[in-house]
Amino acid sequence: MSMVFDLQWILYTGAIGLIAIGLVGIIWSRHLFRIILSLAIAEAGANLMLVIAGYRLHGHAPIMVAGVWPEQMVDPVPQAMVLTAIVIGVGIQALALSLAIRVKEAYHSLDIDEIRAAMQADIDAQAGVTGDLSQEEPSGREVIGPTVAAEEGRS
Amino acid sequence: MRNLTSPLFAAGLAFFLLVVVAEFEPGAAPMVVGQAILQEAPETTGTANIVTAVVLGYRGIDTLGEIAILFTASLVAGLVLERRGGKRQAQAPAGNVLRISTQLLFPLMLVIGFYIILHGHLTPGGGFQGGVILAAAFFLPLLARPGIQVRHFGLAVTEGLAGSAFIVIGLIALFQGGAFLQPLFGTGSPGQLLSAGSLPILYLVLGLKVGAELAGLLAHLVYEGSET
Amino acid sequence: MIWITGLLVVVMLLAALAVIFFNNHVAAVAAASVVSLALSVLFLLLKAPDVAMTEAAVGAGLSSLILALALRRLGLTQTGAASATDEREKNR
Repeated sequence: MSMVFDLQWILYTGAIGLIAIGLVGIIWSRHLFRIILSLAIAEAGANLMLVIAGYRLHGHAPIMVAGVWPEQMVDPVPQAMVLTAIVIGVGIQALALSLAIRVKEAYHSLDIDEIRAAMQADIDAQAGVTGDLSQEEPSGREVIGPTVAAEEGRS
Repeated sequence: MRNLTSPLFAAGLAFFLLVVVAEFEPGAAPMVVGQAILQEAPETTGTANIVTAVVLGYRGIDTLGEIAILFTASLVAGLVLERRGGKRQAQAPAGNVLRISTQLLFPLMLVIGFYIILHGHLTPGGGFQGGVILAAAFFLPLLARPGIQVRHFGLAVTEGLAGSAFIVIGLIALFQGGAFLQPLFGTGSPGQLLSAGSLPILYLVLGLKVGAELAGLLAHLVYEGSET
Repeated sequence: MIWITGLLVVVMLLAALAVIFFNNHVAAVAAASVVSLALSVLFLLLKAPDVAMTEAAVGAGLSSLILALALRRLGLTQTGAASATDEREKNR
């Protein structure tokens, strides 16, 4: 029994480890390409989790062969779901990569901080705002918030 | 700050998931729906591979949604990457080994791809796996002869016809008094190549669609700006 | 069964860590492919041959191909130590 128990825990550790590592990669990385790779890792962990959920001890593959009865087979429903999820995953990955290629062409960088700064500058320029009109002033200054406008409207 | 918070967050999530998982009895999950499908699938659909029965029969609309997602992803990727008048990347010509082995591998990969698709209702495999192999087979000439022109029109026609055929087969089942995408033409004898009614046709159509979409995606990625 | 499962899980998790921590992008793509390959063998051990075939064909094959093509389009294909230092300087 303990042997069996260990097998399940090894599998769960693998699946949850993949999800956790993928999430760390998504949050931690500053490079767009690395974020896309981490997304694929997290997705693989989720797929493994689903397949484990349908697994039964000493089960057989859900394919009709002589000498195997339906009662002995593992659950086919999670397997079918994972089958579609994997193919969707590669489509999403290709979409993300093509967007990354366009970002690289537009901003000549793949570092998310640089891209964010460049995008913010572009948005500001299009809206006709200069950078120092930000509402998030350094500490110690009064924030120009909606309260001022509300009081003016009331008076 | 970000350096510290993300591992902490992930460790917390992993701990939470482990606690949830510890509640389950290992390896003996209840499978009410799964057991019912396992019991009745061979009689009602005639497939030996029950995963195929689930993918195309019991959850056929899911599969339709899945190919819709794949189509959208491939469409948007093509839209984003395509630029008119773009210049092709200069590529070094392929070596002898690649060119000759491509000629050798191309027919073999076609045969294996169609074999996997057409035996999807009997053995592991089916439209997704075979479609990916078909896409890889059609990508090989692009690697071997870098200057080759990609016929995006042909790919689009294949993809559109295959997608329409999937829906039309579903609609025929609907108008024959059944449900949308219900298996047609009886079950045949399970284990034979010509069995399981319309499911092998659906899988063939699905394989062609997946293959054409992924091949188009690869062709868009390989060239700097591909003309339509 | 339990030993090969444990070995596969260890290989998979190490490769997943390598995806995050390798500086070289080509090496990271190769590590992601290793994750998929180990995962597909795990699926086979879990009696899911359909999923195993899909993961081997899509995850380890086509996905790596797409990633490699995207690497070329992104101009990140330089291998070796020089590119790693370049990348670090660029990220700084």
